[in-house]
Amino acid sequence: MIKFDNVSKIYNEHAVALEGVSLEIQPGEFVSIVGQSGAGKSTLLKMLIAEEKPSAGRVFLDSIDVHQIPLAKLSILRRRIGTVFQDFRLLAERTAHENVAFAMEVAAATNEEIERDVPKVLELVGLKDKAGNFPRELSGGEKQRVALARALAHRPDIIMADEPTGNLDPLNTWDIIRLLMKINDLGTTVILATHDREIINTIERRVVSLDRGRVVRDEARGRYIL
Amino acid sequence: MPLVETIKRVTRSGLQSFVRNGWLSTATISVMALTIFVMTSLLLLNVITQSLIFNLQDRIDISVYFKQGTPEDEIAKVRRDVEQLTEVKSVQYVTPDEALAVFKERHKDNPLLLESLAELGENPLEATLNIKARETDQFASIAGFLEREMYKPLIDKVNYSQNAEVIGRLSSIIGGIRRSGAILSFVLAAVAVLVAFNTIRLAIYTARDEIGVMRLVGASNWFIRGPFLVAGVLYGIIAALTTTAVLLPVVGAVSPKISGFLLTGTNLFAYFKQNFWVILGLELAVGIALGALSSYIAVRRYLKV
Ligand SMILES: Nc1ncnc2c1ncn2[C@@H]1O[C@H](COP(=O)(O)OP(=O)(O)OP(=O)(O)O)[C@@H](O)[C@H]1O
Ligand SMILES: [Mg+2]
Repeated sequence: MIKFDNVSKIYNEHAVALEGVSLEIQPGEFVSIVGQSGAGKSTLLKMLIAEEKPSAGRVFLDSIDVHQIPLAKLSILRRRIGTVFQDFRLLAERTAHENVAFAMEVAAATNEEIERDVPKVLELVGLKDKAGNFPRELSGGEKQRVALARALAHRPDIIMADEPTGNLDPLNTWDIIRLLMKINDLGTTVILATHDREIINTIERRVVSLDRGRVVRDEARGRYIL
Repeated sequence: MPLVETIKRVTRSGLQSFVRNGWLSTATISVMALTIFVMTSLLLLNVITQSLIFNLQDRIDISVYFKQGTPEDEIAKVRRDVEQLTEVKSVQYVTPDEALAVFKERHKDNPLLLESLAELGENPLEATLNIKARETDQFASIAGFLEREMYKPLIDKVNYSQNAEVIGRLSSIIGGIRRSGAILSFVLAAVAVLVAFNTIRLAIYTARDEIGVMRLVGASNWFIRGPFLVAGVLYGIIAALTTTAVLLPVVGAVSPKISGFLLTGTNLFAYFKQNFWVILGLELAVGIALGALSSYIAVRRYLKV
């Protein structure tokens, strides 16, 4: 279970990204975080993998205070969460295949599992032919899908996707969303940050709306309202 | 995951980035090779000056010439007295006959000289004690000791070797050079190490974002650090081998010139060959330590994500 307890994040006096956010996410949930650009969606997700520290409040994963974990031990927490970063953050010196394999290596997968699963996952996101390409040889949308493949490959407990469809055409977008929902059906918790109205209104799952760092709505079958 | 598998993955990843960043690897290796070259040269320079000083000091002695017909036991007594002195390193006794043999050997190409010697009929050379001091500045006191009254009847003359003073001064200068040379060497070596360290730091600086991503994806610190350490060690090994490969012919070419110039009889090349494995071992140790340590320190600051 994930719990945000009265979390605030003040980057500086001009950037109050989160203000008193309290939120619980149960295992197996599919939660969308919506809000205008700058509302604090990415910041909220960053709190969970301790990429950013909250200015106040606490974040728990299975009743462990994430921000009390020493740096050297954070890797254990992070392996449980597959993250699709808004800016992809692929390893520039590694091919698509190697990027995905890296996440599996980190998660202590065996060589057989890696050989078997990486092509499968790449096929799942429609990039079977691009396995040997370096990120610089991929389009924006392709990079985004590699990032997604990397987040899925080691079968984490939680998938945290920050605008995973931001660079995709409608067809690809729906492929990805369907993929996320299928993974969710198999028991993985999914947290999706997006401004895509159509997605939100179609999937009919829980929606948390942020506005200038505050939770303004939290509905079990939400719609995209701003 | 079994440790062996982790080590395999880390090694493979290190080798891969080493190859893929070929240009950066080459640059880093060059700088490290230069560092190791400087350090090895300093070592060899030290060998040269040391043997130079030793050579010079070894050439200075005091010769005590005994009057013709001084009995051997008297000479032996003087010898014992001299050997008691703490300043004295060694005493060599040369009988007139030995002196003659040496003289004849040295001038065997000069028949005129040998002929006139033969005409003389008897051995004109005197029994000699050659005394060496422990330190160059102790000759005066040894000479003073020999000028005592009790020795006057026996001793014909006491002779510093002609250039004793020059040699003495030279060796004190060299001593000074060595002392400041040691400091200079230390500074130079430190600079070289810093340059190599910073080159590796720069190489790793270019990978700082990647390190951050690896952290966020959940890689443990050793899993991130490992490949950089592997690459660092590899830099060190290749740099050490390159340096040796370059140094061997260079020393071979320069060595005779140095020996000729300094007249020391020091054969640098022979020294190099004799201590080849020790030198190579030292270079490897420096290279590996420098590569690994620099990488370790450089990566550390980017692991704080
Ligand atoms: N590192 C930072 N330093 C200072 N301010 C920051 C930093 N990161 C984010 N902010 C500010 O915090 C606020 C929230 O940013 P955040 O990235 O969480 O927004 P977002 O909801 O993800 O927006 P978008 O939909 O555009 O991705 C913004 O006003 C942003 O300018
Ligand atoms: Mg964002």
